[in-house]
Amino acid sequence: MKKVLIRYKGFLILFIGMLIFTIINYQIGMKAFGITANSLIEVLFLIPPIFIILGLLDVWVPREFMVKYMGEGSGVRGVIISFILGSAAAGPLYGAFPIAAVFMKKGVSFTNILIFIGAWSTTKIPMFLFEVSSLGPKFAFTRLLINIPGIIIIAFILKRFVNKKEQKEIYINAEDVDS
Amino acid sequence: MEGLFFYSLAVILLIVSFIKSRSKTMTGLKKAWKAFENILPQLLIVLLIVGLILAILNTVLISKLIGRESGVVGILLAAVFGSITMIPGFVAFPTAAALLDAGAGYTQIAVFVSTLMMVGIVTLPLEIKYFGVKTAIGRNVLAFLFSFIVAGIIGLVVY
Repeated sequence: MKKVLIRYKGFLILFIGMLIFTIINYQIGMKAFGITANSLIEVLFLIPPIFIILGLLDVWVPREFMVKYMGEGSGVRGVIISFILGSAAAGPLYGAFPIAAVFMKKGVSFTNILIFIGAWSTTKIPMFLFEVSSLGPKFAFTRLLINIPGIIIIAFILKRFVNKKEQKEIYINAEDVDS
Repeated sequence: MEGLFFYSLAVILLIVSFIKSRSKTMTGLKKAWKAFENILPQLLIVLLIVGLILAILNTVLISKLIGRESGVVGILLAAVFGSITMIPGFVAFPTAAALLDAGAGYTQIAVFVSTLMMVGIVTLPLEIKYFGVKTAIGRNVLAFLFSFIVAGIIGLVVY
């Protein structure tokens, strides 16, 4: 119980803070709680299948398989697969972080993980259709065309910026974060 | 609805997995739960902060600050608004469309949408937990700068 309290300390403090804020400014406070509740429902709806797929992936897909298709030396094919996996995703970016951790455990290369994260953040296919309808095709297509090279360039810059030793530490950390 | 596809996929995979090995399936589900419980505390914090920010900022106020005539200052403000938090697209796009209607400029909206989706200061602690300080901050800084390139090009194309 005490452990749980410590883990949720930040949340509890913020929650109480917002309750006090709501007493001071009822209208904005209630609106904030309303928006939070809405997005919580949204998240709780979107997240379970992602994590179930993630858990099964962890159990069934052998490391060698992932290394072959998305590991070091998987080349252009690895980049394309990472892009497609990230773009097919649903849900906000923080849903991608636990998946990235499993990818690390399975030996996916650092560049491909960064491409996966980049694609997830901004070139998701379902979101693209939504963008076309709300902001127009010109806006959406231009953004997509710039984003594809942009994500790859960002991934390669980051890979150079973070040295091998630091990358290794991130991979070791992924083992604990998830187990 | 994008969720439906993932539910179908998860159910199909679960059935196949269960037929093949009951114990492996249970291990997988346990891992799924652990991975979820692991991010839950930070996730709740993110949702509370996003709720508070969205409650305080309203579209009229934002569009005044990042209107068509707001120029470079407006672009910078849009980038800052967008960077505070990472909002999923199904919230971001209607918000952006509403802001355009309320008089915001295309360049400002492009930088807003791009930073909204790629840069997240509120989610940074969560990102650091998985990627370490250097990669997480590096990614956000690069995505922030990149958003200005996106906006510049969209400004040229759309007008």
